[in-house]
Amino acid sequence: MDDERPIFLQVAELIENQIVDGSMPEGAQVPSINELAAFHRINPATALKGVNRLVDAGLVHKQRGIGMFVSPGARARLLGQRREAFAEQYLRPLLAEAAKLSIGPAELAEMVRQEAGSAAGPAGVVGTAPHV
Amino acid sequence: MTAIVEVTDLTKRYGSLAAVDDASFVVREHAITGLLGRNGAGKTTLMQLITGQELATSGEIRLFGQHPLENAAVLSRTCFIKESQTYPDGFKGEHVLKVASWVFPHWDEQLARELVDEFRVPLDRRMKKLSRGQASAIGVVVGIASRAELTIFDEPYAGLDAVARQAFYDRLLADYAEHPRTIVMSTHLIDEVADLLEHVLVIDEGRLIIDAPAEELRGSATTIAGKHADVEAFSRGRDVLDADSLGAFASVTVAGLTPAERAAAAAAGLEVGPVSLQQLVIGRTRGTARQEVAS
Repeated sequence: MDDERPIFLQVAELIENQIVDGSMPEGAQVPSINELAAFHRINPATALKGVNRLVDAGLVHKQRGIGMFVSPGARARLLGQRREAFAEQYLRPLLAEAAKLSIGPAELAEMVRQEAGSAAGPAGVVGTAPHV
Repeated sequence: MTAIVEVTDLTKRYGSLAAVDDASFVVREHAITGLLGRNGAGKTTLMQLITGQELATSGEIRLFGQHPLENAAVLSRTCFIKESQTYPDGFKGEHVLKVASWVFPHWDEQLARELVDEFRVPLDRRMKKLSRGQASAIGVVVGIASRAELTIFDEPYAGLDAVARQAFYDRLLADYAEHPRTIVMSTHLIDEVADLLEHVLVIDEGRLIIDAPAEELRGSATTIAGKHADVEAFSRGRDVLDADSLGAFASVTVAGLTPAERAAAAAAGLEVGPVSLQQLVIGRTRGTARQEVAS
């Protein structure tokens, strides 16, 4: 857990990341509040707040007496949200730094093409999102 | 919200010294509350007042809604584990556990035995012959296995090494999650427990200076670093908790920045970073006047 952002947000994001990268598929059981608290060494109330955020967003649902599960369509919705946020989280900082270095959009596009070409690993690898 | 402890205008004087100075706060049911502050700030006196071991000079204390002094009905629901607990002559670890099993109505003997194994505490040796760490471990075992409705730990880790302290936090957290109860933890190892706390009380020279949810305190202060002149310009007129400089480079810790102000600092080319709860408490209890960036 980093010091900057609320812990409950970080808990929610860690679960979201696992939904996005497929390690927690739809229908999969989400760790219990107590498991999350013990694993992250955080107060259970904080873990609950993080999970409730996912429940409120419809990404995770509770089944009384059984546990919490990843909801149908959760991954597609998260992917949609992340695509929308992509420009703000990644492109704007990239462009700001490029501007400082006098790298114009055309040159930047060429750099992106080259970098993508040289890093031609398996397609569709999902990286972990850096904190913004 | 149910208040397990209610303290109103509480003062405790020893001669001219106010060990606790007009403190008012509540401890919420089923929360883990951190009581933080420097040595001699008044933490132990405050806990002794709450548990009826000291007489207040003035003010009110309610423990489970009642006055704690010589009140067995509420004190039996409370477990107070303090640093350097003294025991009767000849007492061994097994005697301590036996007495605890009589005193605490929710005592879990099996859990106590597990913890004794985990902390490798000898039960057949006199308490006086134990090392500080071993004696502390017995206190920790009693504190967790008592499952008291209110458990107060006053720096319970004297002599415990880092491994044993982590085991203590992990065991406490796991048992608390299964059996929610009210916990007050006094400590100056703030970084170690910061993420376990739901609420934070900070006491300095007897006065309560912070009473806030832990989540609210996270991110409530920011470090700003960069060129001396830029940092000075940015921090002028703000609540500066700490300042440092190295040649043309300067760094300040500032309280109460809005996200917009943080973004403005970053846009101005300054490094913007988080401040841990421990750094925040250090900044608030250092005792010196707020510093300006040395120029």
